[in-house]
Amino acid sequence: MKGPRRLAPLVLTSLALAGACGLLWAAAGEESVQLKDAPGRDLTTGRCIICHSLEYIPSNAPAMNRAAWQKTIQKMKDRFGAPLTDEEATQILDYLDGSYSGKS
Amino acid sequence: MVTRRELLLGTAGGWLLERAWAGEATDTLTALPGKKPLIRRAFRPPNFETPLADLAPPFTRNDTFFVRYHLPVIPRVDPATWRLQIAGASAQRPLTMSLRELRGGFEHVAVAAVNQCAGNRRGLFTPRVPGVQWGNGAMGNALWRGVRLRDVLHRAGVAPDAAEVVFDGADSPILPATPDFLKSLPVERALDENTLIAFEMNGQPLPHWNGAPARLVVPGWVGTYWVKHLTEIRVEPKAFDGFWMKAAYRVPTGAFPGSRFTSQENAETTPVTELMVNSLITSHVSGAQLRRGERAELAGKAWDSGAGIEGVEVSADRGQSWRDATLQRDLGRFAWREFRFALDASRAGPVEMAVRARSRSGAKQPDKLTPNPSGYHDNIVQTVSLEVV
Repeated sequence: MKGPRRLAPLVLTSLALAGACGLLWAAAGEESVQLKDAPGRDLTTGRCIICHSLEYIPSNAPAMNRAAWQKTIQKMKDRFGAPLTDEEATQILDYLDGSYSGKS
Repeated sequence: MVTRRELLLGTAGGWLLERAWAGEATDTLTALPGKKPLIRRAFRPPNFETPLADLAPPFTRNDTFFVRYHLPVIPRVDPATWRLQIAGASAQRPLTMSLRELRGGFEHVAVAAVNQCAGNRRGLFTPRVPGVQWGNGAMGNALWRGVRLRDVLHRAGVAPDAAEVVFDGADSPILPATPDFLKSLPVERALDENTLIAFEMNGQPLPHWNGAPARLVVPGWVGTYWVKHLTEIRVEPKAFDGFWMKAAYRVPTGAFPGSRFTSQENAETTPVTELMVNSLITSHVSGAQLRRGERAELAGKAWDSGAGIEGVEVSADRGQSWRDATLQRDLGRFAWREFRFALDASRAGPVEMAVRARSRSGAKQPDKLTPNPSGYHDNIVQTVSLEVV
């Protein structure tokens, strides 16, 4: 089924907030998942939770390194339409690589 | 709430434990409305896995059946107002029907079949690959009842130039740029007598989380094709070019046996299609202890893509010799088949049991994983390490 066709940036922000506050029923409880405290956490949280809860990040860490996170962020931006500037993408990459790169 | 698994991830030593994947002991169980507690891989989109104990019954209960979604907006569909549209450039007589018309307009049929996510066991891959880190429980066996997709397509008229049939469900993305979840099948598979539009699962209406009010059932093919909450079916003369066909759910061309989806194939990659012959020990996990002198039985399930299971062999000597397990009741060629094997608990000490299923197609479970970037088709021989005390 087709999703909404047009969303203003303001709406996107509210969606992100709605995700965190539990507008969608499935969000209930997901606020229990928190990312590690390091620079870039709030930006990462805010962008990622627009579409998905945060478990994907720690659960994928053992499969990830900087190159893999770079590829994933690029996919989220290019394929899934994540609203990210290049600068934000770099900040998120630094955060994820620093806190969740577990691949040896 | 911080789980032990997440705590482990926070420490350097945690990586090792995480990689060793010591069974399901560190997994978090959470209940979705209408479901028993399942292993939570993600809240949103909801991805919940069936615990091992719940894979032991012949048919997986509806309230323990795994849940897998790609997109976060999942409406509760009202069966009274639900409509299924059949259209497309190769549909000669496009039509729309209600659930009552679908149920009343075609012969009802049922098939017992395994529904297994393509990425089942991805979390057990070595080296690790990104994606939902499933253990063994992104699968289940159910009795699906509905109507043949073929009968519905013939009512709409399939033009001779039809190549693929495309399926859309009620779930949708949040961001307009996110690709909606649409899947296609080769027209031959869509017209196969075993491919159903199901509205019942194990004698009950489909649960919301498993695709109410009607979903596609494609016995023998991986779960990604079993589109839930069906809303639209399009018969098309050319290959569907959506993201979930062209860029996702693909394996290296020629790497695996099974049906080819030629209209979607290129020199590098091809869609993941049929299930591989596989088995799962449900009675024991590594680390379990047996009491010396007491009767004990290894039990589990074996399945393939529909040729049927010919045999299941068990080895207690690291694969040097194999003995036949006893196969239980045949529930149908697309279902799993239970096996049982009496364990020798006469001497104290470690016991390592390996299990290998063999399909009537001649295929056997391999010893080595075939690497592929998305972590599909893990069907290697499973070994459990037990101890007689």
